[in-house]
Amino acid sequence: MIDIKISSKPLDITACIGKVTTPKCGGINVFIGAVREVTAGKRVVRLEYEAYESMAMKEMEKIAIEAQRRWPAERILIHHRTGVLQLEESAVVIAVAAPHRDAAFQACRFAIDQLKQNVPIWKKEVFEDGEVWVAAHP
Amino acid sequence: MRTTILAFGAAKDIFGGHKVEIDLPERARVTDLKALLGARYPLLAQLAVYRIAINDEYAADEDEITEGDEVAVIPPVSGG
Repeated sequence: MIDIKISSKPLDITACIGKVTTPKCGGINVFIGAVREVTAGKRVVRLEYEAYESMAMKEMEKIAIEAQRRWPAERILIHHRTGVLQLEESAVVIAVAAPHRDAAFQACRFAIDQLKQNVPIWKKEVFEDGEVWVAAHP
Repeated sequence: MRTTILAFGAAKDIFGGHKVEIDLPERARVTDLKALLGARYPLLAQLAVYRIAINDEYAADEDEITEGDEVAVIPPVSGG
């Protein structure tokens, strides 16, 4: 089972875990990416996420399919938030359920690493004195 | 051929909007599009790198753009 979503509404972590829970799986690994207050010594006021939604959905699905090809990960959920996020809010939730923990850990790690490299979603950091699209400039 | 180019993130700021129209020659390749965009928007050179997507898939420089394709400029991604 693969569950992919991009949403401008807050991500419900408990519901995400519920979706991957199954009696077949004894290991559930959850990664949550949250809004951090300080980056490179500067204080972040909020983050703004923008997605190329149609393509981002497809890229996230490809990641989940590849993870299931590599590991016995029965259920993979990848949900990403868009819009304005305040400190501590969840930007991304990846939940992976597998029969045993090794596959759950590895598939989850793979999914977040791939997401950060290839999924067309952009994060703007807004500071007290300006703003910057993360990673855009060398 | 008149083609709409979608822009996101830092590219949207450089283009001054979420989409721009550009005239491409028939059988234009991604590399031709990049040259045209670079000439019209010199600030694109300030991006660390950018990729082009055609119909929701990352495209290679030699890929051809066909009339009606959805083309997008993908600056370095930073999700998560």
